[in-house]
Amino acid sequence: MNFEYSEEQNLLKESIVRWAQDNYSFDQRRVGMSNDNGFNRAHWQTFAELGWLSVPFSEENGGYGGSVIDLAAVMEEFGKALVVEPVFANIVLFGGLLERSSYQDKAALLAKVIDGSFMGAVAMYEPHARFDTSNVLTSATQSGDGYVINGYKSMVLGGAHADKVIVLARTSGEQTDELGLSLFLADAQTSGFSAERYALMDGQQVADITFDNVSGELICELGSAFEILQATMQVAQIALAAEAVGIMGKLNATTVEYTKTRKQFGVTISSFQALQHRMVDTFMAYEQTRSLLVGALCELTDKNVDGQQAKKITHALSALVAKNGKLIGDEAIQMHGGMGLTDELDVGHYVKRLMMINLMFGDAAFFQTKFNQTAYAG
Amino acid sequence: MDNSFSSADLEFQQEVRAFFESEFTDELRERVQSSSDVKGTAVEWQKKLHAKGWIAPDWPAEVGGTGWTPVQKFIFDAERCAAGAPDVVPFGLKMVAPVIFTFGNDEQKQKFLPKILNSDDWWCQGYSEPGAGSDLAALQTKAELAGDDYVVNGAKIWTTYAQYADWIFCLVRTGQFEKRQQGISFLLIDMKSEGITVNPIHTIDNHHSLNEVVFDNVRVPVSNRVGNENQGWTYAKALLAHERTSIAGVADSRRWLQEIIELAKSQTNAQGSLIDDPTFQNRLSDIEIELMALEYMDLRVLASLSSGETPGPEASLLKIKGTEIQQALQELRMQTIGAYAGTLKAAQYQNDLHARGYESRRAYMYGRAATIYGGSNEVQRNVIAKAVLGL
Repeated sequence: MNFEYSEEQNLLKESIVRWAQDNYSFDQRRVGMSNDNGFNRAHWQTFAELGWLSVPFSEENGGYGGSVIDLAAVMEEFGKALVVEPVFANIVLFGGLLERSSYQDKAALLAKVIDGSFMGAVAMYEPHARFDTSNVLTSATQSGDGYVINGYKSMVLGGAHADKVIVLARTSGEQTDELGLSLFLADAQTSGFSAERYALMDGQQVADITFDNVSGELICELGSAFEILQATMQVAQIALAAEAVGIMGKLNATTVEYTKTRKQFGVTISSFQALQHRMVDTFMAYEQTRSLLVGALCELTDKNVDGQQAKKITHALSALVAKNGKLIGDEAIQMHGGMGLTDELDVGHYVKRLMMINLMFGDAAFFQTKFNQTAYAG
Repeated sequence: MDNSFSSADLEFQQEVRAFFESEFTDELRERVQSSSDVKGTAVEWQKKLHAKGWIAPDWPAEVGGTGWTPVQKFIFDAERCAAGAPDVVPFGLKMVAPVIFTFGNDEQKQKFLPKILNSDDWWCQGYSEPGAGSDLAALQTKAELAGDDYVVNGAKIWTTYAQYADWIFCLVRTGQFEKRQQGISFLLIDMKSEGITVNPIHTIDNHHSLNEVVFDNVRVPVSNRVGNENQGWTYAKALLAHERTSIAGVADSRRWLQEIIELAKSQTNAQGSLIDDPTFQNRLSDIEIELMALEYMDLRVLASLSSGETPGPEASLLKIKGTEIQQALQELRMQTIGAYAGTLKAAQYQNDLHARGYESRRAYMYGRAATIYGGSNEVQRNVIAKAVLGL
């Protein structure tokens, strides 16, 4: 029994801490976000050179061969540093789905993802479907050797600057059927592909994409996208939880330090028991979330844990991240007082990233319902 | 990261499981649940554990303990809860014994420890007083030296099972110092001593387990003082660490949760069973998700104990979350059972729901104490604020 990161994982984490100390102060981050990309492309190359973009990919695909634990170690540090560069969109979502696909040039394309020269995105959600990935109207029909995609995809993470996009499209069945969904790789430069680009409150660059007879290459067994999408989303939930845990720890530490310096009524506000107990509650919320993350990491890498149990603990984790993320974010702003509302302070920016983590793929209620279905059905 | 037990630990788990299966009989279980003969049942069960050599997991092997690792203790406790077997009565085995074997002299060890191991002596704890609860150092019960005896005057309160006790261990004031924690001594007092009165306190669970113990010129031999005079506070504080390995109560909570799920499956209406009701599911998963997190919090602390670290303020965290979850489950269990949870007397049992309702009511009502005793949850928050957050 051991619930700590390994020495190797700690080295990986430390390399990110050191890089962030030298290159990613809050002001440096802001400058990096002010260009058209919304992030610093030079940093992206550094991430590639330091091997961070290779972590979750298998060695045969040119990756580091890391487990979900290695990925969590990295994501936690990216969370602490509030890294806006699209690691999640490119590596976890696009790379994760690509690696699980049957795309014939997989290794070659992953090599470009890993060396930082290629950006991808996954187009899965549609405006009417909220967090439901099986509710898909976008269609793909066979045309000659390939497929033609028609439809509209919303909130495509990283879609603003993707070279290629993986599209979830319906090839058979009714609108909400889990079966009949397929994955296609489409070039962003191809005709009929038009992207409406914008930034979200956490600085993530997204796009709403219209597909008007866009040609795409089928990259999974016809009609069987849902399963590999679910497998990818499970890892995605863990990665986001790890990022959130990094943010929560940082917010709590910042808040505790602030109350020790802020004076009102002639004393530091940290001396007030009303605030002390609330900071204990946010500390416990953090420890609780970290514990469940650690539990999920253990269970997902344990051969004896079945798929149902893995789902259960993953949904539990996402629900807890959402619940405790709200508590910690709200309290951080409240205890910073008026300063918590200023754009100049990093606190609000951490809170906004935490909020987006809990709005992008499901909110607290969504994941709790998923948990209920896994735990109590039948 | 890796959450698996070693093969030796897995073997141990099988051995423990087999023991509970054969020794914790249905007849014993029934007696425990009906709480008709609290002392007789506890003593009988504890003697079985002693015969097996498993009565004192927290004691070092050289004084009669099992010598188990933290992981083995955890496994034992989990199996005990899964079997529905009660924990040992803690006052002798878990509370006073560690003070005696750590700070007592040889004569005291020989006199008291064997009878504690064999459940021949029943102990109770004299810490809280009417004017000293969370602020324990405010205690006023006085012990004045008169020849070879102390003369003790004062009152202790919330004394669990004092009505059965042969002995009480007390914190008493033997000196006045600027710092209140000084001037406190640790005394072992024979409950048969002249001048002791036990007044029952009836609690909202409709049972009598708490008491007030009044001392009126009670003579206690100086040889019954553990350690040095005026240093009792240090000894009492040191023993707190001993009772903290299973403080989260995870295994008990897990059992209650399973019981609630089973009950909810059996309660039906036209829409199906209660377990299919989304509102009920949310209430259940609010708790279960917290419990899953607590299980890993507990294991993380356990793993750090196994690697030789001493339990620190994280025990406060486990106590707060553990008791909050216990109370939430006790409440949901009553609500799942419905009006049967009001069942007052064992004699009213007509069906299984009477029995479950009776037990759920008692657990809920007495369970209110969990966030109060052992340092109230507010005091635990003060501990974390100071020791962890440096506030």
